[in-house]
Amino acid sequence: MSSADINRRQGRAGQVVKVVFIVVAVLAQLTPFYLGVTTALKPATDGSSLWLPPLSGVTFDNFSTAVSVGKLDWALQNTLLVTVASTALVCLVASFAAYPLARRNTTGNRLVILAVLGMLMVPPLSILVPLYSMLSSWGVLNTFGGLILVVTSTHLPLAIFLFTQFTRSLPVSLEEAAAIDGAGLLTTFFRIVLPSLRPVMATVVILTSTSVWNEYALSSYINSKTEMRMLAPAVASFFSAQGNNIGAAAGAALIGLAPILVVYLFLQKYFVKGALAGAEK
Amino acid sequence: MYVPALLLFGVFIVYPLVRGVGIAFTNWDGYTDNESFVGWANFRQLLTDSVFHTALRNTLVYGFGCTLLQQVIGLALAIALDGGGRAKSVARAVIYLPVLVSPVVMGMMYYFLVQYDRGALNDVVTGLGFDRVAWLSSSTGAVVIIVAVNTLQFVGTSMIIYLAGLQSIGTEINEAAEIDGARGWKLLRLVTIPLLKPAIVSSVIINLIGGLKLFDVIQVLTGGGPGYATQSVSTLIGRTYFGQQAAGYASAMGVALFVLIAAVSVVLIMRMERSGRTS
Repeated sequence: MSSADINRRQGRAGQVVKVVFIVVAVLAQLTPFYLGVTTALKPATDGSSLWLPPLSGVTFDNFSTAVSVGKLDWALQNTLLVTVASTALVCLVASFAAYPLARRNTTGNRLVILAVLGMLMVPPLSILVPLYSMLSSWGVLNTFGGLILVVTSTHLPLAIFLFTQFTRSLPVSLEEAAAIDGAGLLTTFFRIVLPSLRPVMATVVILTSTSVWNEYALSSYINSKTEMRMLAPAVASFFSAQGNNIGAAAGAALIGLAPILVVYLFLQKYFVKGALAGAEK
Repeated sequence: MYVPALLLFGVFIVYPLVRGVGIAFTNWDGYTDNESFVGWANFRQLLTDSVFHTALRNTLVYGFGCTLLQQVIGLALAIALDGGGRAKSVARAVIYLPVLVSPVVMGMMYYFLVQYDRGALNDVVTGLGFDRVAWLSSSTGAVVIIVAVNTLQFVGTSMIIYLAGLQSIGTEINEAAEIDGARGWKLLRLVTIPLLKPAIVSSVIINLIGGLKLFDVIQVLTGGGPGYATQSVSTLIGRTYFGQQAAGYASAMGVALFVLIAAVSVVLIMRMERSGRTS
């Protein structure tokens, strides 16, 4: 039955309740963003309620303070580098791992898939002490290499799972034809399997890159030096250092938010698809 | 072909997990080479440490509290926003948006709402003629606010899962149920919710694991305070390791957190398998 059909039966009262509920939910979700914007655009001298727009003039000083004092320009560069590198590695390593897992349904492979899913349950903080001391003894704290490998590892399980599911749905006939033509395992993978993974690749790229972009729990400890910090830790430590300068703090928050918002506006349907793919574990 | 993946897991997840169990049986400070075996001492300390008990209780409140609220609100939103129309699709996009935003950023923006002196919520309170409220200064208040912020940030995940679930139910079943006289609450309770069971299970698992791991938003909004009142096990691990140089004890907390989440996940997954077989 169509939703219009349901609506008619529920009657006008039900309809009003529904509309009010939706409006309240939307306004509630927009409130923090609205407060972030009004706070960021007001000069420090404007002590008016945060509910009010900046009536005494708009300032962009808060953003420049956030960038220059909080070193958010460095953090943005670091985050971009770590996000691109980890996402690329996750896609490559995970699709590589998923191919045999999807194609050979042996007991061993089923155990590997279970182990991979088990990795999803490991909370990052539960391995903080040994991970930190291991990276420290290798001398790779505050390096990109160490952070990228850690972040890649924590994002692999979901990606392997999604690639495995998708590869299973692909017909094997093309791979068999390639084998008859004498193509080896790697040639078949790179020429035939990898290109046909494109739809699920989009999902994995979106899920992984957003999550890496926002990474905080582990990166705030293992890359804590100002020059090597990721965005979320940089924004958070600027916030705790500038507790009474809420305008600048809001500026930092919006700078952290902006890239995600822009990408979401353009790729909205991929995000929703990604969320669902991740839910069907 | 899965050797590179297994190598990464081995080095960066499995080895630290195993090594973490080893460290949990020592009195290591995390910096020097002084490390001696202390047996179960750290785990015995967990049983009597009131700070850890607060963190554990909060972790359960964050995990189960947020999960419960997210299912109720998420399902209500999915039912209200099911179907076509431009307005509904905009509403869905807005409600889902915070899921993608860093919890650090969400926490900061909510801080502007609940802070004491310039907080937007207190402007409403004083506007109504009451005194300002120090929302984050009371232990209960701060825990409630963290639950609320995390619930609102990730309610979009449940909503999306339930929307997909509603679409998979299809129209014939609803029509048949209506002919049999099921409407409103009755339809929801007897038809919709039972058919949504697979969606409910995956939504609960995702929200629960997320809530039990809660870290980012606590660090930003309260730093675990006032005192230790809003610490989760995750935030307490960081503080114990770096703040008190008690790496052995922090590692024991890490083991406890892993066991908690693994146990909850396994129980849920077993239930999911069972419901998958019967339906």
